[in-house]
Amino acid sequence: MTAATGIGARVLRTEDKRFLTGTGRYVDDLPLARATYAYFLRSPHAHAKIKKLDISAAAKMSGVVNIFTGKDLVDAKVGGLICGWVVKDKHGEPHKAPPHPVMAVDTVRYVGDTVAMVVANSYDEAKDAAEAIKVDYDVQPANIDLAKSFDKGAPQVHPEAPGNLIYDWEIGVKADVEAAFAKAAHVTKLDLINNRLIPNAMEPRAAAAEYDKGTGNYTLWSTSQNPHVLRLILSAFVLGIPEHKLRVVAPDVGGGFGSKIFCYADETMVCWAASRVGRPIKWTAERSESFQTDCHGRDHVTHAELALDKDGKFLALKVETIANMGAYLSTFSTAVPTYLYATLLAGQYTTPLIYANVKAALTHTAPVDAYRGAGRPEATFVVESIVSKAAAEMKIDPAELRRKNFIPSTAFPYQTPVALQYDSGNYPPIIDEAMKMADYKGFEARRAEAKSRGKLRGIGFSSYIEACGLAPSQVVGSLGAGVGQWESAQIKFNPTGNVQVMTGAHSHGQSHETTFAQIIHDKLGVPMDQIEIVHGDTATTPFGMGSYGSRSLAVGGSAIVKATEKIIAKGKKVAAHLMEAAVADVEFENGTFKVTGTDKNVPLAQVVFAAYVPHNYPLAEVEPGMDENAFYDPANFVYPAGTQICELEIDPDTGTTEIVNFTAIDDFGNIINPMIVEGQVHGGIVQGVGQALMEGAVYDKSTGQLISGSYMDYTMPRADNFPSFKLGYKVTPCPHNPLGVKGCGEAGAIASPAAVMNAVHNALAPVGVKHVEMPATPLNVWQSIKGAQRQAAE
Amino acid sequence: MSISVAMTVNGKAVSGKVEARTLLVQFLREHLGMTGTHVGCDTSQCGACVVDVDGKSVKSCTILAVQAEGSKVITIEGLAESPDKLHPMQEAFRENHALQCGFCTPGMVMSAIDMVKRHNYQLDEATVRRELEGNLCRCTGYHNIVKAILAAAPAMKSAGV
Repeated sequence: MTAATGIGARVLRTEDKRFLTGTGRYVDDLPLARATYAYFLRSPHAHAKIKKLDISAAAKMSGVVNIFTGKDLVDAKVGGLICGWVVKDKHGEPHKAPPHPVMAVDTVRYVGDTVAMVVANSYDEAKDAAEAIKVDYDVQPANIDLAKSFDKGAPQVHPEAPGNLIYDWEIGVKADVEAAFAKAAHVTKLDLINNRLIPNAMEPRAAAAEYDKGTGNYTLWSTSQNPHVLRLILSAFVLGIPEHKLRVVAPDVGGGFGSKIFCYADETMVCWAASRVGRPIKWTAERSESFQTDCHGRDHVTHAELALDKDGKFLALKVETIANMGAYLSTFSTAVPTYLYATLLAGQYTTPLIYANVKAALTHTAPVDAYRGAGRPEATFVVESIVSKAAAEMKIDPAELRRKNFIPSTAFPYQTPVALQYDSGNYPPIIDEAMKMADYKGFEARRAEAKSRGKLRGIGFSSYIEACGLAPSQVVGSLGAGVGQWESAQIKFNPTGNVQVMTGAHSHGQSHETTFAQIIHDKLGVPMDQIEIVHGDTATTPFGMGSYGSRSLAVGGSAIVKATEKIIAKGKKVAAHLMEAAVADVEFENGTFKVTGTDKNVPLAQVVFAAYVPHNYPLAEVEPGMDENAFYDPANFVYPAGTQICELEIDPDTGTTEIVNFTAIDDFGNIINPMIVEGQVHGGIVQGVGQALMEGAVYDKSTGQLISGSYMDYTMPRADNFPSFKLGYKVTPCPHNPLGVKGCGEAGAIASPAAVMNAVHNALAPVGVKHVEMPATPLNVWQSIKGAQRQAAE
Repeated sequence: MSISVAMTVNGKAVSGKVEARTLLVQFLREHLGMTGTHVGCDTSQCGACVVDVDGKSVKSCTILAVQAEGSKVITIEGLAESPDKLHPMQEAFRENHALQCGFCTPGMVMSAIDMVKRHNYQLDEATVRRELEGNLCRCTGYHNIVKAILAAAPAMKSAGV
C-alpha cells in the first residue's frame, strides 16, 4: 500500500484534533439533562466495625435526593464484586475468596472503603450531606505491614482467609532447583521490595448512568478499559441486570494503565442507583479518592537466589515472594503475581531450572491489581537485579554475563522451565545496539570525569522479556481465567464506500483510531479519511475483551486483518460477477479487484455499492451487503524483548539522582506506526523510572492511613526529571499472528526500574553501598551513603 | 446564595449565577458547558485546568469564578483560528505526537503558549523541562511535549501569535 499512510508509516493521529481543541468527550464532560450527582462517604479507618450508621440528618439536607448504604444492597440482594481468575494453590485448592461487598455492611477494611452513597442535585450538596452522616466506628487493629501479614497475632482481614493467606502457590520443582544449587560455584542472594505504586491516570475514574423507565434499559458511562467485560461482570455477578438491558459506554478515557480494567464499587453503585433515583447520576472521583480507591500496583517482598557455575552460566533460580492483595481481591488480582509474574522469571536466559513460591496476603489497604506491566515488571526487576548483582560479585561485565546466558536465536521456539514457550527473538544484536547507542565503551572515562566534579556516575542494564498480547483462551482457561481472551472486529462498509470498523479493544491513549485505520488502509486501500474506528460502546461494537496487557494490536489488530480477509473473499465473488470472470481468476490489490493477466478491474467502492444496490449481483450465491465480523484467538502470547541502558549521576552530598542518558532498544516485531510506538516507550520508561526513583504508596504502619494521598505527597515524574531518550528497534516478526506484531504498551515500564536501580547500585558501589530499595529518593540514597560510611568507619 | 458573575470567554461575553465557592473551572465546565478545560487533581498540581486570564496563565481550579469577574479568559476552545487552522502550538503537539490520552493536553497547550511568550519565543530544552513543573502527564513521558514546545516557539513567532 502507499508508503505514506499504510503499515509502517509515521501517520499523524486521527484523534488528536478533538483532544487539542478541547472537544474530546470524557465521562465527566457528558451533558445529562436533570442529572443528579453522587458523592461517596468513605472509611477514614483502615479497619473498623460499623456500630451505627445514621443518615437521618444528612437525608434532610438541602438538595439531597437519596442516600444508600450497604444495608440497602443487602436488602436488594445485590451480589458482591468478584475476582475473575481462580488460582489454585500448591495443593490444588482454589484460592480463598472472601466476600467483597459493593458497600461495607458491618466492617470497613481500608481507608477509602465505601460506606454510603449520597445523591443530590449538585455535587457540593452531596458532599455537604455526606459530612452530616453519622458513623460510629469501633476501630480495630489493622494489618498494614506486608512482610508480617502471616505472623501469629497479625490482625485478620477476613475470617474466610485464615492467617491472611489467599494462596500459597508454586511453580517448578523445588528439589531439582536445590540440587542445582548444591553444585553451584557461586550463589548470589538478593532481598528486595517491589514498591507499591498508585497508577494515577490523569483522568480520575468517573461514572454516569441513566435508566430508561420505558424500556427498562440502563446506560452506564464509565472510564473503563474494557466496557464489555465490565458489563458482563455487572450483569452476571453483581447487579443481575441482563446483559441486553445494560449498555456500557467508555467514551474518551484519559489513561488507564490497568487501573481502569476492574469493576469498582462506585461505578456499580451509580448504575444500580440510576433506576432507584429515576434521574441520571454523575460521579467523578476527586484525586484524593483516586489515590485511596484506584487499585494500586506491585507491592512485593521477595527473596531470590541465583546459582551460577564458575564461568557464569546460570544453573538455577529460586524466588520466594509475598504479594500484597490489599483488603479485597480485585478483578484480576490473583493472576498478577502468579501467571503474569513467575512465568517470566526465565527472562532472556537459558536458566534451566526455576522454582518460585508466591504467597498472596491480605492487608488493610486498597486492593492491588494489574498496573502497567502487571507482574512482568516485578519479574524483570528480580531477574535483572540479581543478574547485575551476580556480575558485580563475580567481576564479570554485566553485558558479558547477560550475553553468556541469552537464549540463542537458533533455539526458538524456546520452552522455558516456567511454562511459557517463547515464539521468537534475537537478543544479542539488541544489547549490542544498545551498548553502541549508549557509548558503553566510553563510560569509564565519563565516570572519571564525573568523579572530578564530585559526582558518582553509574550505568545499568535491563534486558527484559515480556509475555503480552493476552492471550490464548484455552491456555488462560486452564490456568483459571474466567474469560476467553480473543478479540473481535467488525468491518462495515456503507453504500457510499466509506467504512466503519468496530473493535472490541478500547483506546485510552494508545491511538487505535490511527493504527487500526492504517491496517484497514493497507489491506483494503480505503483512504484514511474514509475510515472510522469505533470502540468503547457495547451497543455498537461486537463483544470484545478491551485493552490491557499490550493486546490491542496483536489480538485486536489480528481480528481486523481476519475481517479484511472476509471482505476481500466476498468482494472477489461480487467482482467476478461484475467482470464476468471466474472467482479463481480475481485478485485484489491496492483497493482494486482485477482479473489476473488482463486489464479488467473494478474498484472496491464499486463492489461495495453493488453489494448494497444488488441490481446486477450474484444473489443466488452471495448475500447482499458488505459487513463482516471476525474473532481472533491468538495461538500464543507475544514476546517483546529489549535492552535498556540507564546512565545517571548521584550527588553524594544531597542524594539526588540525575538521569543523564537513557537508551532503549526494543523488538516489538513489525511496527505499524513508529511514531506511536515511540510514544508508548517514552511513557513506559518514565513510569518505570518513577517507580525506581520517586513513587511509592506509603501507609502508616500502625493506623493504615494513606500518607502518600495527594500530589503533595506522592511524587509524580515531571519533565525536568529526564533527558531526551534514545530509542531504536530490532525486528523479529511474531510468527503466529498475521501482522507479525508484538506489544509495545508496557515494555518501557517493565524494563526501566531495573535499568535505573542497577545504575544506582553501580554508582554507589565505590562508596560501599550494597543495596538501596526503590524508590531511590534523595533521602533514601543519602541515608544509604551515610550508612555505608558509618559501617566503613566501624 | 448566588452571585452574578460576568466575564469574556474566548471573546464572547458570558454571565451566570454562581455560588461564592464556585471555582472558575466549575463555571467554565458546568455553567458554560466548556468541558475542554479539565480537572485532574484537587491540590492545584496537575495543571490540566490551565487557562489564560487577562494575559496570565492561571490554574482555573485555584481561583473562584467571582475573582474572574470582568476578566478576559482564553481556554483551549479559543485557540484555533478555525476548525481547520490550529494554533501553532496545537499543530506542533500534533506533529510531534505530544499527546496520547489527551486529558492533560488542554492545560499543557495553554501552559506551553504562556511559556513561549514569557521567554520571548526563545527556549532551550532545559528551560522547557523546568517550566513544565506545574503540568503532569502520565502518558507521554514528556519527551514529545518538550519537542513540540521547542518546535512551536519559532512557529508562533513567525505566525505572530
